[in-house]
Parts: sequence; C-alpha cells; structure tokens
Amino acid sequence: MPRTPIELPKIEYLSILNEHGELDKALEPKIDPKGLIEMYRYMLLARRTDERMLLMQRQGRCGTFPQSSGHEAISMGSIFNINKDDWHVPAYRELAGLLYRGWPLEHILLYWNGFEEGASPPEGVNDLPVCVPIATQLLHAAGIGMAMNIEERDGGNKKKEKKVVMTYFGDGASSEGDCHEALNFAAVFNAPVVFMCLNNQYAISVPLSKQMRNETIAQRAVAYGIPGIKVDGNDVLAVYQAAKEAVDRARNGEGPTLIECLTYRVTPHTTADDPKRYRDEEQTKEWVLRDSLPRFAKYLQQKGVMNEKQLAALEEEIDTQIKAAVANAEEMFKSEELLNPLAMFDHLFEDIPPYLQEQKDELRDHFKTKGKDWSNPQKKSTKAPASSRK
Amino acid sequence: MVEMNMAKAINLALLEAMTKDPKVIVMGEDVGPDEGVFRITEGLFAKFGGDRVIDTPLAESGIIGTAIGMAIYGMKPVCEIQFSGFDYYNYHQLESHAARFRNRTRGRLTVPMVMRAPYGGGIRALEHHSESREAIYAHTPGLKVVIPSGPRNARALLHSAIQDPDPVIYYEPKACYRLFREDVPETMETLPIGKAQVVKQGKDITLISYGASMRATLEAAETLEEDDGVKPEIIDLLSICPLDTDTIIESVKKTGRAVVIHEGPRTCGLAAEVIARINEKVLMYLEAPVVRVTGYDVPIPYFSKEQAFLPDSDKVLNAARATLSF
Repeated sequence: MPRTPIELPKIEYLSILNEHGELDKALEPKIDPKGLIEMYRYMLLARRTDERMLLMQRQGRCGTFPQSSGHEAISMGSIFNINKDDWHVPAYRELAGLLYRGWPLEHILLYWNGFEEGASPPEGVNDLPVCVPIATQLLHAAGIGMAMNIEERDGGNKKKEKKVVMTYFGDGASSEGDCHEALNFAAVFNAPVVFMCLNNQYAISVPLSKQMRNETIAQRAVAYGIPGIKVDGNDVLAVYQAAKEAVDRARNGEGPTLIECLTYRVTPHTTADDPKRYRDEEQTKEWVLRDSLPRFAKYLQQKGVMNEKQLAALEEEIDTQIKAAVANAEEMFKSEELLNPLAMFDHLFEDIPPYLQEQKDELRDHFKTKGKDWSNPQKKSTKAPASSRK
Repeated sequence: MVEMNMAKAINLALLEAMTKDPKVIVMGEDVGPDEGVFRITEGLFAKFGGDRVIDTPLAESGIIGTAIGMAIYGMKPVCEIQFSGFDYYNYHQLESHAARFRNRTRGRLTVPMVMRAPYGGGIRALEHHSESREAIYAHTPGLKVVIPSGPRNARALLHSAIQDPDPVIYYEPKACYRLFREDVPETMETLPIGKAQVVKQGKDITLISYGASMRATLEAAETLEEDDGVKPEIIDLLSICPLDTDTIIESVKKTGRAVVIHEGPRTCGLAAEVIARINEKVLMYLEAPVVRVTGYDVPIPYFSKEQAFLPDSDKVLNAARATLSF
C-alpha cells in the first residue's frame, strides 16, 4: 500500500488594522459608531486603570498584580461579541472585559489589594472572577459550555439564541495539561466555548520558543478537530472579527474555536518581576510601537467616529471616573466591615459547621484579649461601588 | 562561618550539590536566566548551563513527572515548583508514582528526587501564593517532608534531601527567605532526615513547631522566660515526615506540658499527629491537655487579613499560659 498524505485544515493569520493604522477595507468588520466608541472607552479605561494601579503599587497603595496593558484589544475585541446572558471566564489580564461587563473599578482595586470582596462578581454578571492558577479556568469554561448544551437540549434555554462562553489563557498556559483537557472536552462535547489565547510570547521569563516547538498555538485546533485561527492581538478589529465568527459558529451549534492572539507582554509579568534579567528590552520598545490603542484611535478619527476633541474629553472623563473609584476604594480598604478578620470563616460553606464556629469564636476571643471586639465592626459610610459599564 | 540569609543558604546548597555530583540537576519554571522568582537559583544557569538548569514549559505535572523518569534513569532532579499553591497539579505524579516506584517494584526502581517549593503566608502575596499544605505530603506514604526554619538548617537539610535515596519534599518558608541572617559553616554539612532539634533546653513546657512558625514560637518563648519566669523547651521538628517521636516524647516526659504550633490548617494538620503520638506514648506524663496553635480550617485569607490567620507570638503565648495554669 502506498503512503498517502492526510489532508489537514490550514491555519490562517488575520490582520485588519495594522500597526501603522492602515486598514484592509475588504476585511473591515461592520461595527456601528456607538459600538466602536464603546470598545475604545473600555480599552482606554483598562489602560488608564492599569497605569494608575502601577503607580499605586509603587507607592505601597496596591498589592502585587499582573499588568494588563497591551492586552486590551484581545479582551475587548472578543468580549464585545457576547451578551449579558453569555459567560465570561477570564484568566488575569482581561481588565477591559471585566470593566465592560460591569465589574466596578472598586472590585478590581479591592481584589489586588487583598480583599476577597473584589473577587465577588457583581449582581447580574455571568462572570467567573480572575483565575490565578494557570489554565485551570479553561475546564470550567468547557463545563459551563457543556451545561449550556444540556440545558438547550432539555429546552431550558428560553431565549431564541444559544448561549456561549468566552474564556482566556496565555501562551504559557497552553503547556498545562488542563489546557489540553479543556480543548478536548469542549471539542468532544461540542461545547459553545471560544478559547482566546493571549500569546504575549513570555511566561514570566520563558520565551515562547522554550514553551513549545510548534509554530502557532492556533494549529493545535486541528488536533482537536475544531476551527483555529491566529490574529494580530493588537488589532482590535481582527480580534473582533475572529471572535465574531467563532461566536456565530458556537450559537449555531458548531462548538468551540481556538483563537490565538499574537501580542507581546510590554510590561513585566507582575509588579514583582524584572524583565531586564531575561530579555532585550529593545525588543519591547518595538512592540510598544505596535500598541492597539493609538492605531484604534487613528482609525476612529479617520472614520469620523471621534475627533481629537472627543478623544481628549473621553480621557478626562475616564480620569475622573478612576479618581472617584480610587478614592472610594481607599475608603473601603479602611472600613472595619471589610477588614473584619472573622469574615474569613463566613463563606467556606453555606452554613458554618460547629468545629469552624469554634475556631471563629477562638479568633474573636483572641482579638478581645488585645482589646478589639470584631463582633460588631463599625459601619463606615462608603459608597456602594457602581458598575463600570456606562 | 559565613553570615547569610535563607535564600542564599539554599542557593549555596544547590551550588555545592551540583558541583559535587554531576547527576544533580535543577528544573522548574523560570529557574534559568531569571534565576527563580525568589532568586534561589541565582548563578546556577550561568555556571552549569541549560542541560543542568532547565527552564521547563509551564506545567507542574510535567516537571514532576519527567523528573521521576530522570530519577529512575539515574539523575538526581531537584525540582522547583514556583509556589506551593501550584503543586496540586503535580500531586498526582508524586502520590501515584514518585512515592510508589520503590514499593511497586520491590526495591528495583527508585526515585531519588527533591521537590522544592516556597510555602506559607506573610508576604502579602496573591491568592494561591500563601498556603501551607505540608500535611498533604506527610499524609502520603512514600514521601519524606522536610521544612527548614533558618539559613543553616536550610542548607544542611537540602543536602540531606538531595543525597536521600527517596523522594523528598523540601518546603521553604518563604516569609523567612530574607528575614534574618545566620552563620553558616564554610564546609558542607547535612542534618539527618527524621530528626528534630531541641533548639532550647527547658523544663516547664515543650513548644513544638517548624518552618515559619518557629519565629512566633521563639518570640513567645522569650516572653515566657522574661515575664513569666518559665523555662520552655523548644523543638524544631525540621522533618515532619518521618516525625521524630523520640525527641518529642523525651521532652514531654520532662515538661508534662506541650503546645504545637504551625500555620497549616488545624484538621489533620501536623499538630494532630504530634499530639496523637504524645497520647500514645506519654499520656500519663501530661499535666495538661496539649494545645495546638494553628492556621484555621479556611483558605488563608487574602493579604489584608492574612496576619489574623497566622500563628503569632500572642497566640502562642496565650496557649502556653493556659497550658501552664491548667
């Protein structure tokens, strides 16, 4: 018998708005001006929040956190395709998406300042919180998608449209076993999940070339029998278009898609990391020039969607919004309600079992010996955090 | 003697072990040019190169699983898991294979390897970067578990772990990495695995701890001595599996009172095992119930509240006083 080649699907690379702001008109997605402005708003809000948090971290007003600057187009271009009923399963650089989904800025600040309350999704938001362990969230996304299918077959989904899950992971995460398992489960069970890979080319210090031997992460889709595509992750239009096609397929019952978004981690991994130890920062400068925001702003101007004055006004509006949220969050950091250590026992289970109540009482009594009664924490008048969604 | 902190002492032990034995290799995430997120592998990649200081793909199960293969083949891998909060991914490989190959093959195949991981709270880190789950490993038949508390014993214990013919979990109290410096001898030394140290002789009460909690224990002991006129005996377990029953019971026979201190959760924590052994061997010597000061049975809270979770000298002191006045 002769050896016969097995035909496999080819993987495409998609770029629509390149780093010079040049547009491929034929590929330009149709997004109305209101939508374009909205996308820009949350990308900018995420960028400025990230920058403010970095400043705060340097001043000792914020804990260690992974910066999201440079990843806004990936988060925003994809999340813009899903609705409130759909699910968002982030990793930890999806700040733009979280803000767009309505997470109050205060929650973001609380989370990275060591308060569990920041990880609690606001009412009406189908989001899981930030996930620190690597790639583990992808299985949750697959599971949510599998449950959606079961609900759909049971007739439990009363909406006309099928629901979808949008989930995120990094290039490093693609090495974890959970990543493989999630893609395989989603494929086998035809789960309506869009897997967004933020390929920023570094897992802390380890470059992509030491992470894997394959040319693209997207080509792994072929192995799972699902569609895969690689896009310019700094091109919000390309991300949007690829994610839109994936969401459309998922809503149509065609299952999961893997989208690799190429970018570069222009920041350190977290505020505790020093990239000068392991990479040439000249390369970083080149990637800063490919930033998603300036090219998107240029596109909006050329299209007549926003002029310079409006862009400047948005900057100011966002600045005010962040200042107010930071001030409110910093009041919350000092509030006894949030600082009450006895709260550590309150949400382990639905009801507190006796052995745990005993430990809670023990800690309460311990504080009493130091002259502090945490049984009645003082109420402080902080504003209830408002949704970031305008 | 050279004065150094614990991070440097662990780094020195790795350097010495790799220099002495070409079969010793270091592997993990960011251990190469980045020299580890806590700089524990500083200078090693430059000196020994990428074949012996291996930056692996980001996969903890991969690190431990391949290390098992390497160890069976004849190498001595010393794996770094970046934070102990990520070692659940590789627990399966340890429990099902590293801990079992010798037993499974009736001694024909062995797994001489070390898993190092920083554990514990107190550094204002993110979720999954502060927990203390040493009991899981102590509960796993076939694994040895050692936990240093200072620079000198850190270096000695790591040498012992690397030279040991079986898999050893080496948990590093990250809060102590750069907390204090101590004299470390010029020449390499080891400490027997399975042996505790009496770090202070006393007669009135035995304080038993290990790792990061030794700091709170020593502080409380000082107050007991100065303010209460009590002579506490302090035991640093160093090895939590095998546990040094003899040292514990000899001390309790003398003092009749004991407090066990650790930051891991209480239920099925090390204190439970220590107290069980005291009850089994020297119950009739006890003047008071043995008390434990531990972390609570909840995930360690995010850092705004983590200090309330951790054993501190006040908690140890209160427990000791209650035991003494029983």
